[in-house]
Amino acid sequence: MLASIFMYVKVFLVGGLICCLGEYIEIRTKITPARILVLFLMAGAILGGFGLYNYLVEWAGAGATLPITGFGNSLARGAIEGAKTGGLFGAIGGGLMATSAGIAVSIGLSYMVSFFVSSKSKKS
Amino acid sequence: MGDIKLKRNDEYLSYVENVTPKTGWFNSLFHAFIVGGTICCMGQMFGDIIKSYNPNMDTLRVGSWVSIIVICITIILTAFGVFDRIAKYGGGGTFIPISGFANSIASCAIEFKNEGLVFGIGSKMFYVAGPVIVNGVAYSIVVGLVYMLICLF
Repeated sequence: MLASIFMYVKVFLVGGLICCLGEYIEIRTKITPARILVLFLMAGAILGGFGLYNYLVEWAGAGATLPITGFGNSLARGAIEGAKTGGLFGAIGGGLMATSAGIAVSIGLSYMVSFFVSSKSKKS
Repeated sequence: MGDIKLKRNDEYLSYVENVTPKTGWFNSLFHAFIVGGTICCMGQMFGDIIKSYNPNMDTLRVGSWVSIIVICITIILTAFGVFDRIAKYGGGGTFIPISGFANSIASCAIEFKNEGLVFGIGSKMFYVAGPVIVNGVAYSIVVGLVYMLICLF
């Protein structure tokens, strides 16, 4: 019980700190959120490529996988896993394969939702 | 002529700087920390629930399911217009987790619905998410190829 509470504290701290860093960059340098997302994605992919990000994932669970750096990490890790098992084909397609479910759900559900909901600003 | 224009631009920029409301940077950092931490904790909770039902599922699969659940919740909240309020409060706490990615796709799809199915929803949907996907896929291919090259030697 105590261990699981400690785990949640770690998740909160790591997730919060990564978000804090993004917010700090946005305030201080006025880089737009989309660029910060790409920047964080690159950081996650580089750390994941060297295998360093996996230690953070093991330590902090969802606190490390849910931020966009975790997305970059799973892309890099998918490519490495694919290269191990499937050769060149896996190296090219592995990253997209590992994250395909998330991308597909966000595209599909957004597409469905957009049929039922209209934007409020254009109505008024 | 050009000097006057430049001067006017400078004056306008300083005016904008004066008029925009300044929220304390410590406050917004704190909000980002709280909201981001809460979203990640919720994700961890979903992961624990999935694991308690399916103890044999490997951690990678559990992580994918957690992302999918968070994405679904975000898109539904975006559709009801609740997510905008959370985003206004949380700032970086909402766009750094995967929820920001999902929200950008859903809100752009809803926003550009009026411009049609192909060039409205179909293309404008990726206004923010497109760069993320393109860069991510490009990096993953580079990582995979570099790994293969290292393995060769």
